[in-house]
Amino acid sequence: MGSKHTNELTYDAQQCSPGSSSQAFSVVNVLCFLVFWLCIINAWAVVLSACFQARALTAQTAETDAIRFLVGTQSLKFDNQIHIIDFDDENNMINKSVLLHDAGEIWHISGSPADKAVLTTCYSKSEFCVCVSCRPASESRVLTCAAVWRMPPEWESGNHESPDDSSNNPQTLELLCHLDNTAHGSVACVLWEPMGDGKRLISLAENHVLLWDLQESSTKAKVSTATLEGKGQLKFTTGKWSPHHNSTQLATANDTAIRGWDLRSMSQIYCIENAHGQLVRDLDFNPNKQYYLASCGDDCKVKFWDVRHINEPVKCLEEHSHWVWSVRYNHSHDQLLLTGSSDSRVILSNMVSISSEPFGHLVDDDDLSDNEESQQEDKGKEPLQDSIIATYEEHEDSVYAVEWSVADPWLFASLSYDGRLVINRVPRALKYRILL
Amino acid sequence: RRNEINVTTKYSTTPPDSDPSQRRRVHSMLKHYYGLNEEGKVTEQAESLDPCDINGPHFDPEVYLNKLRMECSLGELMDHESCMVKQIRSLDSDMQTLVYENYNKFISATDTIRKMKNDFKKMEDEMDCLSANMAAITEFSAHISGTLQDQHAQITKLSGVHTLLRKLQFLFELPARLNKCLELQAYAQAVSAHRRARCVLQQYSHMPSFRGIQDDCHVIMEQLAQQLRQKFRDGGSSAKDLSECVELLLQLDEPAEELCDKFLSHAQSRFEADLQGLEAELKDSPVTDTGGGLVQKTNPGSNPVSPSSSSTTNPFLSPTAGTDILEFIDRGCNEFVSSLCLVIASYQELFINRPQEGELASKNIPEMANGKLHVFVDTLAARYFSLVERRIQEEKGVSDNSLLVRALDRFHRRLQAISKLLPGSAVPSQGTEIVVRAARERIKQYLSALQTFYHDSLTDVRQALAAPRQSAGGASVSGGGATSKDATPSLPELLTSLSNFILNQLKSVLASVHLFTAKDITFSNKPYFKGEFCSQGVREGLVVSFIKFICQSSRQYCESAGDRGGSTPPALLLLLSRLCLDYETSTISYILTLTDEQFLVQHHTPVTPVTALCAEAREAAQKLLNHYVKVQGLIISQMLRKSVETRDWVNTIEPRNVRAVMKRVVEDTTSIDVQVGLLYEEGVRKAHSSDSSKRTFSVYSSSRQQIRYAPSYTPSAPMDTNLLSNIHKLFSERIDIFSPVEFNKVSVLTGIIKISLKTFLECVRLRTFGRYGLQQIQVDCHYLQMYLWRFVSDENLVHFLLDEIVGSAAHRCLDPSPMEQSVIEVICERG
Repeated sequence: MGSKHTNELTYDAQQCSPGSSSQAFSVVNVLCFLVFWLCIINAWAVVLSACFQARALTAQTAETDAIRFLVGTQSLKFDNQIHIIDFDDENNMINKSVLLHDAGEIWHISGSPADKAVLTTCYSKSEFCVCVSCRPASESRVLTCAAVWRMPPEWESGNHESPDDSSNNPQTLELLCHLDNTAHGSVACVLWEPMGDGKRLISLAENHVLLWDLQESSTKAKVSTATLEGKGQLKFTTGKWSPHHNSTQLATANDTAIRGWDLRSMSQIYCIENAHGQLVRDLDFNPNKQYYLASCGDDCKVKFWDVRHINEPVKCLEEHSHWVWSVRYNHSHDQLLLTGSSDSRVILSNMVSISSEPFGHLVDDDDLSDNEESQQEDKGKEPLQDSIIATYEEHEDSVYAVEWSVADPWLFASLSYDGRLVINRVPRALKYRILL
Repeated sequence: RRNEINVTTKYSTTPPDSDPSQRRRVHSMLKHYYGLNEEGKVTEQAESLDPCDINGPHFDPEVYLNKLRMECSLGELMDHESCMVKQIRSLDSDMQTLVYENYNKFISATDTIRKMKNDFKKMEDEMDCLSANMAAITEFSAHISGTLQDQHAQITKLSGVHTLLRKLQFLFELPARLNKCLELQAYAQAVSAHRRARCVLQQYSHMPSFRGIQDDCHVIMEQLAQQLRQKFRDGGSSAKDLSECVELLLQLDEPAEELCDKFLSHAQSRFEADLQGLEAELKDSPVTDTGGGLVQKTNPGSNPVSPSSSSTTNPFLSPTAGTDILEFIDRGCNEFVSSLCLVIASYQELFINRPQEGELASKNIPEMANGKLHVFVDTLAARYFSLVERRIQEEKGVSDNSLLVRALDRFHRRLQAISKLLPGSAVPSQGTEIVVRAARERIKQYLSALQTFYHDSLTDVRQALAAPRQSAGGASVSGGGATSKDATPSLPELLTSLSNFILNQLKSVLASVHLFTAKDITFSNKPYFKGEFCSQGVREGLVVSFIKFICQSSRQYCESAGDRGGSTPPALLLLLSRLCLDYETSTISYILTLTDEQFLVQHHTPVTPVTALCAEAREAAQKLLNHYVKVQGLIISQMLRKSVETRDWVNTIEPRNVRAVMKRVVEDTTSIDVQVGLLYEEGVRKAHSSDSSKRTFSVYSSSRQQIRYAPSYTPSAPMDTNLLSNIHKLFSERIDIFSPVEFNKVSVLTGIIKISLKTFLECVRLRTFGRYGLQQIQVDCHYLQMYLWRFVSDENLVHFLLDEIVGSAAHRCLDPSPMEQSVIEVICERG
C-alpha cells in the first residue's frame, strides 16, 4: 500500500455547500496516509507526491478553455515529472496527468503562448554518476540547462482517467530543441514573448540575455545577446518580458537591482539600484499600465515601481514575514495581486489605488451574460481602498510560486516546496464588487 | 324705648368687670355708642346703614323690633329678649366704672386751670412796660440817621475817585513796568499785568492818551512773545521752564495747535536722539552678537554636564561685546520710556488738564491736543518696539533665559507707566504682545536647542560606540569575542548617561522657561501666560514636541538606515530602543507630571494625554528593537548565505572541521547575547534542564536523524519521513520569521536566530550537495545545535529549523549517505 502511494498522486477535492463555513480546516487521515483534504469554500489542495519537492509552476498560457496548471518537480533521486493539473470548475474536480521529464530537476517552467502543447523548462543536469561507491569526481558539476518540449498528444486521453494507474509508464515529453549555450553558463529562466506566436524566446543565463528564434519547431537561432556589465559573479536571478511597447522591453533582476532592457538595441534603458534591501526574487509587469512593475524580494517587501520615476517606489507592501518569492498581477484586473512567500503564506491584495481602474469600472456594458469578463455595470460606487483581501495559510512549507489561471481570472494556484498545490478563488464578494 | 329705659335704670347694678379683654371690648363698644372713635384708628367696618344693626349708628329700634317680630318665633323672641337684657346690663356696669375712674382727673385739671389764670395777669403788666421803651428807642435812632446823611454821600464819592485814579496810574505806568519785567525776564508778571490792563485799554482806545499806552504795550508784549518763543524754540531749558513758557504763550493768545506741534516736535528731536542711540547699539551688536549666537547654537549644550563637554564656550563667558539685552532694555527704559513719560505728563499738564478759562475753553484744546499726543506716542512707540523686537530676535542663544525674562519684565513694567498716563493708548497692549511673541519664540528656540542637543548626544554615543570597537577590531583579528567585550560594558553607562543628560537638559530648559511665569514678573499674570503659555506653549510646544521628536527620530533610524543595516550601528538601535522603553515606562509620565506641577497647567484646551505619548514611545521602542533584530539577523544571515552560496557543495572534501563561518556565527550570537543582556532583562524561556543540550541533541541526532536518512536505503521510508515532517508541521505552530519581538533578551535572540537559520534553510534548498557536502552540513548543524539552544526561548524551535536544514540538504543531495553521529560529535567537540 505504501509503495502504491509513493509514486502517485492522491488528491481529493471537495467543496462545501457555499455559505456553510468560510473557515479552512484540515483533516489528516492518518490511516490513509497521504490523503490530505482541504475542504474550504473556494479552495482545493492537491499534494503532488510524497517525495517530490517542487518549485516550478505555470499556467498553461495558450489554454483558454480549461483551467490548467503545469507543475515541475525537483528530485535528485527519481525521475522528475511534469504534473498537469486540470481543474474542473463545474464539478469542482481536480484531474492530474503526469508526464515524465527525465532530463533533470525542474527549476523553472513556462508554457508557450501560442501552442498549448509546447513548453520550456529550465532543469539542472549533473554530470555526476549517482553511485554510492563513486568518489566525487573533481570535474563533476551541476549545470542548469533549458529546453523546449512538446507534450505527447496522447496524454490527455491516456492518463487522467485512472490516476492510480500512473505507476505504469507515464508518457515522456518530446524534446523539440535545447536552448543550450554552455559558454554562457546556467540558465536562470526562459521567457516566451508575451502574446507572441510562440517563436521568440529569451533565456537568462548567468549575466547574458539570449534572444532565441524558433524555426520549424526544432532549429534555433541566437539572434543577439546583451551582457550585464559589472564585476564579480553577477548573474540574473529572474526576468520578465514586458507585454507593452510591442514586446520590445525586458526587465531583469540581479542581486538587489532591477534593470530594464530594450530588445531592439539590446541595451539597458533603466536600472533601479537597490530596488530591494536584499535579493530581488521576482518581477511582474502590470498588464494594463505599461510603466508599472511589481517586484518582491528577500526584504519581505513587495514594491511597485513606475519605471519612469525609479528613485522611489510608488507603493510598498510589507505583509509577509519572510522572503517573498513570487509576485503576480491578475491578467485582467490589475488591482488583484498575488504574492507567495517562504513564510508559507499566500497573500491576495487589492491595490486599487495604483491599478488601471482606481475607481472601478467606468465602462458601461449592457451585456449581462454570465461570462465574468464582460459583466460590467456602471454603478456609482466609491473607490475601493488598498487592502489585503485574504491571507491563505494552507501551505505548510515555503511557497515558491504563485500563478493566476489563464482561463478563469478569478482562480489562482500556489505551490509550496513540499509539493502541495493549492487552488483558490478570489472571494465572491470581492469579485462582484469589482465586476458590478 | 325699652332699651333706653334699661340703660338708665340698670345703671348701677352692673358690677365692674375684671376681665381686661372683656373690658376693652366693652370700652370700645361704649365709645362707639357715644360716637367717639379711637384716635388714629380708621373705623374700618364702615358703619352699616342697616337699621337693624343694633350696633350701627342708624339703628332704628322700631324697624328692628318689627323685623324680629316678623321673623322669629316666640321662643326665639324670648331668647333674644333675655340676651338683650343681659347685654344691656353689662353695658350699664361698664359705664359706671368709667365714670368712677375719670372723676379724680377732672378735679386736678380744675385746680391747674385756676392757677394759670393768676400768672397771666402778672405777665400782662410787664409787657405793657416793654412796648413803651421800644417806642422811645425808635425815635432816637431816626433822629441820628437824619443828621449823618450828607457826610456819608461825600465819603463814598471820594473813595470812588480814589480807585479810579489808582487804576489810571496803573495804566500809565504799565509800559514802563512791562519794560522792567522784560529786562528782569519776569515774563509771568508782565503777562498777568498786561492781561489785567488789556480790556480797559481796548475799551477806551478812542481816547488818544489811552491809545498811546495801548500801542506801547502792544509793542512791548510783541517783544515779550518773541522772546518767549525764542526760549521755547531753543529748548535748552528744563521742562518746567518750558511748560511755563507754553502757559504764558497760551495766555498771549498764541494758537494752541501750533504750540502743541512745536512742543511735540521739540520732544521728538530728543527722542530721535534716544532712538538713534539704541539703534546704534543694535547696529554694531549684530556682528558680535550673532557670532556669539552662532557659537551657542552650534553648541547648545550649555549644560555643564553635557556629554559634548568639549564645549569650552560657556555662554556666560561667550564674548558678546555688544551690550546684553538687559542693558539694552534698561537703556531703552531709562532714556526713552522715562522721558516719554515725562513728556506725556508735562504735555498733559500744559494742554489737556489746564483749567479752562475764557475764550480758550471754546477752542476745545484738550481734545485736539489729546489726539495729537496719541499719534505722537503711537509712532514713537512703534519705532521703539521695532527696535526692541529686533533686539529680542537677536537673542538666539538659549543660554541665559533669566536675562531675557528680566529684560522683558522691565520692558513690560515700564510700559505700565505709559498706560497709567495715557489710559486709552494701545502701547501697553502692544508691549504685551511683544512679550508674548518673545516667549513663543523662546519656546521654539528651546525646542530646537533640545533637538540639536539630542542629536549631538546621539552622535557622541555613536562615537563612543564606534571608538573602542575600531581599536579593538584592529587589535584582535582572531578574537571576535574580545572586541565585543571591549565595546559592550559601556552600553548601560551610555544609556544612563544619555537619558540623564536629556532629562537634565529638559529640566534646565523647563526651569528657564518657568521664569516666564514667576510671580514677581509683571506679565506673568496676563491671561496668555496663565493659560496658553503653560498648556499650549510649554507642555505641548516644548515637552510633548520633544518627546514626539525623540520617538520620531528613533523611528527614522529604522527607516532611513535601509535594510542592509546601513550606517546606524546596531548597538545604537538597541540603546535607543531601551531609551524609548524607559520613556514609556516612567520618564514620560515623570516629565509631564513635573511640567504640570511646575506650570500648574490647567487644561482648558485639549492636550496630548500621557497614554498616547507612552504608546508612541512604546511603538518606537518596538520598532527599534525589531529593526535591531532584523539588522543583526541580517548580518549573520549574510555570513551564512555567502558561505552556502560560494561553496561547491558537490565536490567538497570530507568534513574534518566545523566550518569557520559557524564558529563565527556562534561567536557573534554570543556577543549579541552579551550586548542585549546589558540592556534588557533575561526574559522567560521554556523550561529545560541544564543538560538539555546533550539530551535533546542525542534525541535529535540519533532517533530523528536515523528516520530521516532511512529513505536512502529503504524505498518505502521517504514517505514516512515526509509524512512525519508533514504531520509535525501540521501540529507545530507556524513560525513567523520576522515577527515582532518582546522586550527581553531571550526573545531578541530568538528572533535573530530564527532569521539566520531560516536564511540558512532557504539557501540550502537552492543548492545541490554531494555526499560530503551533506556531511559538512550535518557537522555544521550539529555545531550550531550545541551552542544556539541556550539563547532561545524554545529550543525546539532551533531543533526544528536545524532538522529542516539537514532534511533539505539530504533531499538536495546526490548521494545522501549521512555521517555517523559519533563522528559528527567528535568533530564538533574537537572544533
